[in-house]
Amino acid sequence: MSTGEERWQRANLALACFALCPSAMGGIWLRARVGPVRDRFLAGLDLALRGHQVRRLHPNIGDDALFGGVDLAATLDSGTLTRTRGLLETPGMLVLPMAERAKPGLAARLAGALDADRGLSLVALDEGASPDETLAPALADRLAIHLDLGDQRLSDAPDLAIDTDALVEARRLLPKVTVPDTAVSELAEVAMRLGVLSLRAPLQALAVARASAALSGETEVDEPDLITAIELVLAPRATQFPEAPPEEAEAPEDQPEPEAPDDTAEDESDEDDTPPLPTEILLEAAKAMLPPDLLARLEAGRAARNAPGASGSGASKKGNRRGRPMPSRAGRMGGEARVDLVSTLRAAAPWQPLRRRATGIDDRIHVRMSDIRIRQFEEKSDRAIIFVVDASGSSALARLAETKGAIELLLAEAYSRRDHVALVAFRGDGAEVLLPPTRSLVQTKRRLAQLPGGGGTPLASGLKSALDLADLARSKGLTPSVALLTDGRANVDLSGTADRVKAAEDATLMARALRSRGMPGLVIDTGLRPTRGLDGLAREMGVPYLPLPRADAQAVSAAVETALDPA
Amino acid sequence: MTEPATTGPFPFSAIVGQDDMKLAMILTAIDPGIGGVLVFGDRGTGKSTAVRGLAALLPPIKAVAGCPVNSVTEADVPDWAQVHDHSIVEKPTPVVDLPLGATEDRVVGALDIEKALTHGEKAFEPGLLAKANRGYLYIDEVNLLEDHLVDLLLDVAQSGQNVVEREGLSIRHAARFVLVGSGNPEEGELRPQLLDRFGLSVEVESPKDIDTRIDVIRRRDAYDRDQTGFLAEWHDADMALRAQIVTARDALARVDADDSILRDCAELCIALGSDGLRGELTLLRAARALAAFEGDPAVTRDHVRRVAPSALRHRLRRDPLDEAGTTTRVTRTVEEVLA
Repeated sequence: MSTGEERWQRANLALACFALCPSAMGGIWLRARVGPVRDRFLAGLDLALRGHQVRRLHPNIGDDALFGGVDLAATLDSGTLTRTRGLLETPGMLVLPMAERAKPGLAARLAGALDADRGLSLVALDEGASPDETLAPALADRLAIHLDLGDQRLSDAPDLAIDTDALVEARRLLPKVTVPDTAVSELAEVAMRLGVLSLRAPLQALAVARASAALSGETEVDEPDLITAIELVLAPRATQFPEAPPEEAEAPEDQPEPEAPDDTAEDESDEDDTPPLPTEILLEAAKAMLPPDLLARLEAGRAARNAPGASGSGASKKGNRRGRPMPSRAGRMGGEARVDLVSTLRAAAPWQPLRRRATGIDDRIHVRMSDIRIRQFEEKSDRAIIFVVDASGSSALARLAETKGAIELLLAEAYSRRDHVALVAFRGDGAEVLLPPTRSLVQTKRRLAQLPGGGGTPLASGLKSALDLADLARSKGLTPSVALLTDGRANVDLSGTADRVKAAEDATLMARALRSRGMPGLVIDTGLRPTRGLDGLAREMGVPYLPLPRADAQAVSAAVETALDPA
Repeated sequence: MTEPATTGPFPFSAIVGQDDMKLAMILTAIDPGIGGVLVFGDRGTGKSTAVRGLAALLPPIKAVAGCPVNSVTEADVPDWAQVHDHSIVEKPTPVVDLPLGATEDRVVGALDIEKALTHGEKAFEPGLLAKANRGYLYIDEVNLLEDHLVDLLLDVAQSGQNVVEREGLSIRHAARFVLVGSGNPEEGELRPQLLDRFGLSVEVESPKDIDTRIDVIRRRDAYDRDQTGFLAEWHDADMALRAQIVTARDALARVDADDSILRDCAELCIALGSDGLRGELTLLRAARALAAFEGDPAVTRDHVRRVAPSALRHRLRRDPLDEAGTTTRVTRTVEEVLA
C-alpha cells in the first residue's frame, strides 16, 4: 500500500473515532488546501456526523454571532428586546474554514468554548499555504486529531466508506471501554519522549484510544488502539525524535508498576491479553509517523509563531493593527465611512420621548441625521527594526560578543517601545534569518545566544535577506527599518563565492535596492578602526554611517534611536 | 459542612504539583489586596483550571440579590442599578473571563440598548468589570491583550473603581477583583506597566517527571469520566483548604510583622533595585498572608524568603536578555540579604 493510501485510511479512521464522541476529542485540525481531496474528507465527515448539528463559522465572525446579541432588526420591529442565540451556546460541531486566518481573539474564544465542555467540537480547516501560515497554537492544542492532507493525491483518496451501523454500535460500546492502567502511563511516556509537553495531548490520545477500541468492537483498550491514538494525536505534535530515553523514568517505574495493573486485570476478567505494553513498540509506531523533515518543520513552526503575518496566537498583531477603536464621531453616512449602528442608536435614545411628542408618532425609533455616528480607529503602524549582524570570522574574533551586547541593549529599548525586532546574521557563504519580526524577547534572547561566528563576509547576502524581510514586514503593515552592524568589507558575493570585487558590487547593488525602498536605517561600523568603504555603502543605502570603534552599547542604542526616529 | 457538588470545575486540591501557582492564588484569596497573580508558562499546565477550582472552593459571598456589582449591603448598591430585590443571598465567588478582543463597551459597560430602544431611557448596562467585583477577573493570554484594554484595566485595578464617562452617562461603581492573568512569554511580552500591577507572578511549566505527568492524566481522566464521584472524593480536601483560608482571613489582621521584617523587605527591594514601593508592600502583604495561612502569629524571615520570588521577580528593572532569569536573581539576592 502506498503511503498516500495509508494516510487516507488513517484519515478515515480519524473520522470514525471523532464521530464517536466529537466533544471529548475537541476536534480535528485538518491542514489541506481547498480541493477535491478535502471535499471528499468533508463529505465523509458529513456522513459520519449525520444527525449532529454542523455549523460553519467565518474567521472574522463577531461576538454577536458567537455569543448571541441584540437582534437590532427584530428589536426595532417589535419594540421589545430580541436576542439572537450565539453559535457557541448550543452544542454541535463547528467548522472553521480558513482557520489559519483566525485571529488570536477568535482562537481564544473558541478554545474557551471547547474547554467549557458544552458539547461543542470544532473542525478547523487550515488552508495555510506556507509553513508560517498556520492555526493559532491555543486552538491547535485543544483539537485532539491533527491531520495533514496537504500532499494527498486524489487517486489515493477514494470516497470514504462510512459504516453508519458500525458507528451506532461503537457509540453504544464506548462508555463500557476500560483502559488498562499501564496504557495511561505508556501514553504519558510516549508523549514525553516525543517532546509533547502539553498535558492535554495524552488525555486526548486516551479518548482516541477508547474510541478506537469501541470501533473494533472491544471493551478494553489494547495495543493497536494505542498505536492509533499515537498516530493521530501524539506523533503530529512531536517536537523531537524519541532517541534518548529519559534516564531515571525507566528503571524505578518498572519495579512497582506491574503489581497494581496485574491485580485489576485479574479482577476484571480472566483474559491474559493485557501484558504491560512496551513503550518501545509504541515509540516505533510513532517514529514511523514522524515526518522525515521534522526538524525543518519545527523551525518553520516556531518561526511562524513569531511572524507577524501568521495567525498563530503569537502573531496577535496581524500586521498593522487596526488600531485602538476611538469613540465614534458624529458624521454622515456614505462613502467609506462605516456607520456605528449601536452608537447611533445610543445617541438617538435619549431624544425618543421628546421626538415622539414633537412628531406625534409613537411606534418607531426616531433617528435624526445628527445622531449618526461613524466608526473610527486610531491607525497605528508598528515598527520593525531588522538587525543585520556580521558574524564573520573577523567579527567573531574581535567584536561579536560586544556586538551582541549592543544588540541586546537595543532590544531592551525596542521592548519598552513595543517595536518588533528581527535578526539576520551573515557569515560563511550566506545569510540566515535568525528571527522573523517578533516581540518576544525570550525568543530573541535564545537565538542571539546561539549565534555562532566564523567564515567570510557575505555582506550582500545579509542585505538581501534584510530586504526580503523588510518587504515581508511591510506587506504585513509594519514599518521596517534596517540596522547593519559590521566591521568589515564584503568578500563573499551573492552566490556565495569568495570574490572580493564581485562581492563589493553585489553589496552596492543591494544597498541601492534598500535605498529605493526609502527605508530608514543605519550602518554601524563595529571595527576597531573605521573600515574604509563602509561609509560609501551607507551612502548607497541612503542612511547614516556611524563608526563606533568602542562599541559602547549605550552609544549604539542612542545612535539607532536618533537615526530611526527622525521625528 | 456542605455536601459535595455533583458537577463543578476540577477540584483545586486535586491539581497535581504546580505548588507555586497554587500558593500564590491561595495568598490572594486570603488577602485580595495583594493584587492578583500573573501566571506565565507552557500551555496545558492547568492555569485556568486552578483559577476556576479556587473560586469554586472559596466560601460563597453574601451579596444583594439583584445587584449587578455584588454589593455587600443595600447601602452599597449603586444609584444607577435599579435593583428590586434587596435580599441578601449567597453567591458563588465570581470568576469572570475577559476574552481577547473584547470591546471596551463590554468590559466597562455601556448604555443599555434595551432600555434605550424600548423606553427611550438612558440607563447603564454593566460590563465585565461589574460582574467581577469581589471575585476574580481571569485573562487568558493577557500578553496578547490589546493595548487599549490593558490601559483600561490598569486604571481600574489601581483605583478599585470603574468610571464610565461616555454617551452622556456618568457612572461609577466598585470594581475590586483579583486579577489573574496567564500567558506564554514566547508569544509576546507583557507591558512593564501592567506587569508591575500584578501582585505576584509565577512561572509554570509542564512537569517533566513522568510519574507526575501520569498522575495528572489519571486524575483528569477520572474527573472527565465520573465528575460526581471525583468531586465527592476530593470534597473533604477542598473543604479543609477552604477552612484554612477562612481562618487565615480572620487571622490576617492579627499577624504581627515587627520592624526587623520591614527592614528585611526594604533591604531586599533595595538590593534588587525594584522600582517604587510596590515591591516592599506586596512582599510584606504576601508574607503576612502566608503566615496567616500557616497559622503563625507573626511574619518570620522564612515567610519573606518563600514569597520573595513571586512577589519580586516581575518588578526588577528588566534586563531582558539576562540568561540567568529574574527568578535566579531574586533567589540569589534573597540568600545574600537574608543570610
